[in-house]
Amino acid sequence: MPNDSREKILRRIREALSVKAPARHLPGAASSGHQPQDWLPPVPSSTDELVALFEKNSLDLKTEVRRCADAAAVASELDALAKENHWQSVGSHRFSLGNEAVSALGLPVVFTDQPYETDSLERCDAGISGCDCLVAQTGGILVTSASAGGRVLSVLPPHHVVIASAGQLVGDLADAFAVLRKHYGATPAFASFITGPSRTGDIERILVLGAHGPKKLTVLLVQA
Amino acid sequence: MSTESVQFHHDADRLTHDLRHRALIQKALGGYYVKRDEQKAKYTDWQQARVSAAAAKYEAVNHLDKYLVELSDKLEARGTKVFWAADGPEAADYIASVARNAGVKRIIKSKTMTGEEIHLPQALEKAGLEVVESDLGEFIVQLREEPPYHIVFPSMHLTRGEIDDTFQKKLGSAHADTPEELTMIARNVMRRKYCEADMGISGANFAVAETGHISITENEGNARLSTSLPKVLVSIVGIEKVVPKLDDLAVLLPMLATAGAGQNMTCYNTLLGGPRQPGETDGPREFHVVLLDNRRTALLADAEQRDALHCIRCGACLNVCPIFKNIGGHSYGTTYQGPIGSVITPHLRGLQSWKHLSFSSSLCGACAEACPVKIDLHHHLLQNRRNAIAEKPAWWEKPIFAGFAWFMRRPALYRLAAPLLRIGGPLLHVIRGQFFDPVRLWTATRDLPPAPPQSFKEYWRARHAKR
Repeated sequence: MPNDSREKILRRIREALSVKAPARHLPGAASSGHQPQDWLPPVPSSTDELVALFEKNSLDLKTEVRRCADAAAVASELDALAKENHWQSVGSHRFSLGNEAVSALGLPVVFTDQPYETDSLERCDAGISGCDCLVAQTGGILVTSASAGGRVLSVLPPHHVVIASAGQLVGDLADAFAVLRKHYGATPAFASFITGPSRTGDIERILVLGAHGPKKLTVLLVQA
Repeated sequence: MSTESVQFHHDADRLTHDLRHRALIQKALGGYYVKRDEQKAKYTDWQQARVSAAAAKYEAVNHLDKYLVELSDKLEARGTKVFWAADGPEAADYIASVARNAGVKRIIKSKTMTGEEIHLPQALEKAGLEVVESDLGEFIVQLREEPPYHIVFPSMHLTRGEIDDTFQKKLGSAHADTPEELTMIARNVMRRKYCEADMGISGANFAVAETGHISITENEGNARLSTSLPKVLVSIVGIEKVVPKLDDLAVLLPMLATAGAGQNMTCYNTLLGGPRQPGETDGPREFHVVLLDNRRTALLADAEQRDALHCIRCGACLNVCPIFKNIGGHSYGTTYQGPIGSVITPHLRGLQSWKHLSFSSSLCGACAEACPVKIDLHHHLLQNRRNAIAEKPAWWEKPIFAGFAWFMRRPALYRLAAPLLRIGGPLLHVIRGQFFDPVRLWTATRDLPPAPPQSFKEYWRARHAKR
């Protein structure tokens, strides 16, 4: 292994920083008492309004949101999705909101919270997972290995279905980071904000869904 | 003139006259302006958000040693191997040795401009490894053996027809008509590559010192797959990518999306802090983070231009730059195009060879206005000009200005010039653009205004005579 230049680089940095940079454009009196995220698109406080904002952003992002009254409704919506999209097999993991609905599908399931073959997950028609929280401001879904069955389940199958409850809605990304701290103490080794189905505009800047990740993203949102 | 400068002027001249190219770029950017403005309008205060973003980067860059050590310690605490590379060859050698030790044969790469900067794919291919780019735009330009055209939209200069030709030739695919079909061809090729690759390589958009994570922003999902499926992962990170706190990303991630592509948030924003942890069932077994200097510390040492290291590579300054829109991304001959490229390339690759980029600017300031982290881009272009001349004065400037001063101090000579111009003006039109036209450099692309019938002095005298 080649030797690393840690000390050399740190020495160069310290020499460079011995001359101070002019402090232009730093926050003035006007922004005192504000958090940086206060300048972003505004977020409401009540759960109902957060759900409404999340749904509005999801529409723009082409994420499908289906509201479900209770656990029974989740199972029937998931079953409807399976039939509409002709699923043959699914990937999933064990999580309280999804366990019953997934087993009620009666389809072969690749569980990714236990050792699994990448190829068998790749052949699945959908990945069904939970999440840590939903971000109203961006229409984002925060997943970690613990909440979404590992690093791969939410991105490899062509259809990602997230089952979440309305209580999991938060306002902005800073709130989402606070959820991570609450759930795990320290931030886990893997976390990802999923904001809509995979997309590209690399050819003539025309939007195409499903570039490498899921072509479809569905959120089943439990009201209770 | 440096060879880089000669090449630049040649390419810029050719592309400025290429109307097809210009139409393509204007169409692409037209859509971007609409989306960006829609998105910016949703902010409570975009200008204050810029100030906050600039403050976060200012804090990081001006305490870079502290935050890099914190980042490195926190990454290592989760079993990540951190390697500090002084330059490109050191980084490439290290990555090649990681590949060798792990018995790697096939590498899947997700777009990294830092990797592009040090010609990493070429270095790894030389070491006998297969390197496949997974970002669609990068994949297309890799197949065409071209450099990326734009730091965010690498294949912006190509039409679907050209991409279809490339795919048919290089992949043997069937003819495809739509961006959708073309994207699916690439998707299917890449699916196998993800599962077969032994090593993934990524860049990073940010690195969080507080928690020890790199943050990767992408739309396609290729970075998520490249960083989670192969058994070994290497992320190459410029040392200026560090931010102090996780909460800094709460502002920087949405702003990167808005400034860069007119999005609310980019599709995937992923935090990676370590290899597969106890209790995890997937993810890489080995995770290496390469922290790259490659003359960033030289830019850091220039306190006046240090804020150029705040750059989050959103590409907003390229998208609004009248120079970029006319000459296109390839003319620059640099890894980083547009205003930010013109500012930093002289620091990264030598002032005298790359000073021409700073002179090729209208100094309109559109770049500085577009920058989400408030880099004083057009002032830095001026400072590069000043520094270049101070370092190596042009021999002809002094005599020219001395001659001009001599002339201006002689009113009789000066008065003679006006009637001469009126006589000579029509003559100039006749010889316009020809070899003996003394102002042909000007008239090649512009009109020479006709001499006015009267000078101001003559007008003033005539007016007073009437009274």
